[in-house]
Formats: sequence, C-alpha cells, structure tokens
Amino acid sequence: MILFLNILSDAFVYGMVLFTISVGLSLAMGLMKIVNLAHGAFAMIGGYIASFMTQEQALPYALAVVVAVLGAMLIAVPLERLLYRRIYGTSELTQVLMTIGITFVIIGVANYIFGPTLKTIPLPETLRRNVDLGFRTMASHRVFVAFCGAAVAVGLWYVIERTAFGVKLRAAVENEKIAASLGIRTSVIFSLSFALATGLAAFGGVIGAELLPIEPYYALTYMVMLLVVVCVGGAGSIGGALTACLILGFVDTLARYLLPSYGAFFFYAAVILIVLVFPNGLFGRKASQ
Amino acid sequence: MTLVSAERPLVPRNNLRDLLGATIVLLVGVGCYFVFPDNLAFLTMLLSTALLVMSLDLVTGVGGVATLGHAFIYGAGAYAAGIASVNGVSDPLVLLLIGAAAGTVAGVVSGALILKGHGLSQLVISIALVQLASEGVNKASSITGGSDGLSGLTIGPLFGAFEFDLWGRTAFWLALAIVIVVAIILRRVIRSPFGMICRGIHRDRIRVRAMGATIFLPLLKMYAIAGFVAGLGGALQAVATQVVGLDSISFTTSAEALVMLIFGGTGSVFGALVGTFVFMWFEHVVSAASPFHWLILVGILLIGVVLFAPKGLYGLVAGLLDRRGA
Repeated sequence: MILFLNILSDAFVYGMVLFTISVGLSLAMGLMKIVNLAHGAFAMIGGYIASFMTQEQALPYALAVVVAVLGAMLIAVPLERLLYRRIYGTSELTQVLMTIGITFVIIGVANYIFGPTLKTIPLPETLRRNVDLGFRTMASHRVFVAFCGAAVAVGLWYVIERTAFGVKLRAAVENEKIAASLGIRTSVIFSLSFALATGLAAFGGVIGAELLPIEPYYALTYMVMLLVVVCVGGAGSIGGALTACLILGFVDTLARYLLPSYGAFFFYAAVILIVLVFPNGLFGRKASQ
Repeated sequence: MTLVSAERPLVPRNNLRDLLGATIVLLVGVGCYFVFPDNLAFLTMLLSTALLVMSLDLVTGVGGVATLGHAFIYGAGAYAAGIASVNGVSDPLVLLLIGAAAGTVAGVVSGALILKGHGLSQLVISIALVQLASEGVNKASSITGGSDGLSGLTIGPLFGAFEFDLWGRTAFWLALAIVIVVAIILRRVIRSPFGMICRGIHRDRIRVRAMGATIFLPLLKMYAIAGFVAGLGGALQAVATQVVGLDSISFTTSAEALVMLIFGGTGSVFGALVGTFVFMWFEHVVSAASPFHWLILVGILLIGVVLFAPKGLYGLVAGLLDRRGA
C-alpha cells in the first residue's frame, strides 16, 4: 500500500512536469495546427538561461525563472515571424522537417555558447526541505512543481475560455479570414499565442529540471515524449493533455518501480494502444481529414 | 495531372533515364572504390543506408505516409540476419534473403498499424513502434546481445568463392550491385499502374476513393515492398560489418533517414540516392570535426531545403534538366 502511494505520488509529480512543458505544445498543435518538434528546444533554452542566471549572475531562483521565460519568448517571437509563419497549413512532414532543423540549430548554438555540459539550476533553501505528506516525506520542490502544474492548467483554461484574448484566439483558429474581417489582428494573436506556448515550455523546463535534467541533447531526448503526450491527450485540449500526462506518467513510473529492466517498453506499448483506440487523442476534436 | 495523356511517349525516355541513372551510380561507385580505397567500410554502410532511404521513399515520398519509425523495418532485417548467422547460417545470400523476409513481415506489421492513423497519430504510432522494438531488443539480450549489440557473426564466402575480406571489397561490390538492381526495379514499381494508384492516394485520397479504389490495400502492399527493401538493407549492413547494434533500430536512425530523403527529394529513387550520398559524406567529414557544428549545419540546411527547395537536391536538378529539354 505504501509502495502504491509512493508510486502514485511520484507519478503525479512527474505527470505535472510533463504537463507544464507539453501543454504549450498541445496549444500550438491544436489551435495553430503546427507540429512543433522544437518545443522541447525552447524548454531547453529556458533551462540554459536559468542555469546561467543562477550560476554565473547569482540571481535568486524566482527571478531566474522569470528571466528564463521572458528570454525564451524573446527568442521565439522572431522565429515565429520568420520561419513558423511559412509552414502554417503545410503537411505534417514539412512541419516536422522544419522544426527538427530548428531544434538542431538551437542545440548546436546553445552548446556552442554555454558549453556541452550538464546544466544545474540550484534550488533556494525553501524548496530543498522535505515535506511530510503523512505516508511519506517528499522534497518540497516536488510539491512546488505539482502546484505549478495545477496553476498552469487553471490559468491557461481561464485565459482561453474567459478573456478577450482567448475569444480572439479561438475565433482566429475557427476561421482566420472572418476573424480578420471582424477586426481581429490574427497575425498578432498567433505571435502572442506562440510566445505563450514557448514561455510555458521554458517555465516547465526550468522548474522540472530536477526530474528532467538539462543536458546538451535535452531537446532531442524529450522531443518524442512531448509529441507522444500531446497526441495521446488530443491536440488543443488542456484537459486532454493533463489526463494524458497523468496516465502516461503513471504507466512510466509504475514500470520503472516494478519492472525497471524493461525501460520504456510498457510506456510505448500503452501509447500504441491508446492511439489505436483513440486516433484523435483522448479528448481530441475529430480531425478533419 | 494534365500530363497523364502525354505519358506514352515518355516511356522510352524513362527507360533511358533508368539506364543513365544506373550508369551514373555505377560510375560513382567505381570511382569511389579507386579514390577512397580505405573508406570501403563507410561506403558499404552508405549503400546499406541508401536501401533504407529508398524504402522510406516508397511509403513517404510515393504513398504520402508520414513516418518517423522506419528503422523498425531496417533493424528487423539486420537482427534477423544477425541472429540467423549466429545460429549457424553462413551463406551471405541466404542471410540477405532472411533479412528481406523479416523486413517484409515487419513492413506489413508496421504498415497495418501506422495506416490506422492519419497525420499526427501516424507519426506517433510510428515513433512508438520503433521505440517499443528498440526496448524489446534491448531486453531480449540473450538472443540479441542487448545494448552491447550482436557480434560474432560468421559470414561464408560469397558464391562460395569471394571471402569477405578485412578491407571490405567483397561487401562493397555486393552492396553496389544490390543498390543498382533495387533502384531500377523500384523506379519501375513507381511507374507501374500500382505505383500510380499510390501516388494518387498521396495527392488526393478522396478522388481515389471516388474512383472505386481502396486506400488501405495498395499502401499496405507498398509497405510490404518497402519492408523487403529496408530489410535487405539491414541484412546487408549486418553481413558487411558483422555486428548488429541497437542503433540500427532506433528513432535517431529513422529520423536521419527521413532527413536524407528530404535532402535528396521525395518521390524519386534517385533523389533518395543523392540525399543519402550527400548527407552521409557531409556527416562523415564535418561531424568528425565537431558534432555541434554538424548539428547547426544540418539544421540550417534542413530549414533551407524546406523554404527554398521543397523538392530536394534531385528535384532541383531534374527541374532544370526538364526545363532545358522542353
């Protein structure tokens, strides 16, 4: 029983980290119809910036997180304007290639500037303590991460469903031309949502760095994982992304506890099964073919 | 589409192109043999990868199936040949056939699964499949050697006469011959009515369905052919290097194959060959200097190809030739 609770709580934290990083991708893929394999690269940029800020500039953790998120967004906006804009509405294959290319360049440049080593982001004192959960103690950092994930889910839902920006975004997605004729500046909306998506990636990359360490090939290592999570959840659905992250996080953690020698075998078996049964994802809208 | 009525006079020209292409491949191969006699192992590896890329071209370039897991088939061929060799089969041609047969089975299996999805789910199923296979192979280390790879393959002489020597001469000539024969056959497959249906599905599947043709079966058949070719490539790699590693059945190999295909140009066999040749030479030279510079270079090239040459290198050259010919 204790073992089960341990697995469950670890799986929950892991799922929340996955969620924080991947929900932006789900947003981009569902709303803007773009398969952005470079999403993990923006999480990596966030991690690199945060590591540089805390280690070299001695910035406090909270400030470093903010700088990392803003930095990743600053890099993302010109990329969206110059490169992504040209592949909206093209085939998946074209998008995959372009974004793999962008990922390669980001990895190369990041490691050229900061050196090819494992980057650590030292946690502040309050996040290093242990918290007593009743059945076990857990690093307070993990509890913090889980809360951040929940906050992101609620915040994002609010922004999309309840704010003027969200209304405009949904209108632009539904029918770009009509939205534009109603006076919505769709290109600005797309730039902003892209920046939001990358900002979330960077945020998840930084706060999740203890679980998914920032290493030179981070963007490639988790590229597949992020794409899989979004597809299983159904692109564009916050609830879907959350469910998928929790389910897959649970499968992965369970397998690692009980059958560690099988690696990610059961994880991918579960993925194939879910995708075959729900080809549009757990909560996905029916895709137009 | 308006060109269809003009197809008939093109046939002799197509045969001419087959011959011309095969001759060029042969000449480049022979040239490489004499200019780079110390790099024969690398060249053989290149040729076996070319088979993987040509196979990928059949499903992606011709059939329009988005896949990032094609190395599943290549690895199946490599491991089938490797395991057969460790268990006493030593004739190289028999091993190649075993690999090709395993590849065909793997092709049908992955086709049946991948064709169930479309768009994004297709990509994800293909990735999950190759990752699953890779973890499975790693786990079954008593048969496959796990992460150490499968070694200790004993390969008998080709036709009972030509030993696989230390310099890899026999392996190189065998690989070159296989690639040329496969390239010509595949060009004919793509031009055939069956290939036409597959291209039609790629262009507009609703129209093909309206014509009364099924979508699933032709693509599955194409997957079987592609499986044969990729399995052959994997087996060739196993026979030539006499080791089989986990990288032959990895996501990375799948993604690299796709990148090579796009560099060369999708939908044509020679495009696949050109892409493999150029990409692997570059990689051989540049990545030895610095892996990160190599990544930046490949990344920029990829972005450039998507933006400025969506038909790839071969498409660029063929477009110029056609314009001059017209």
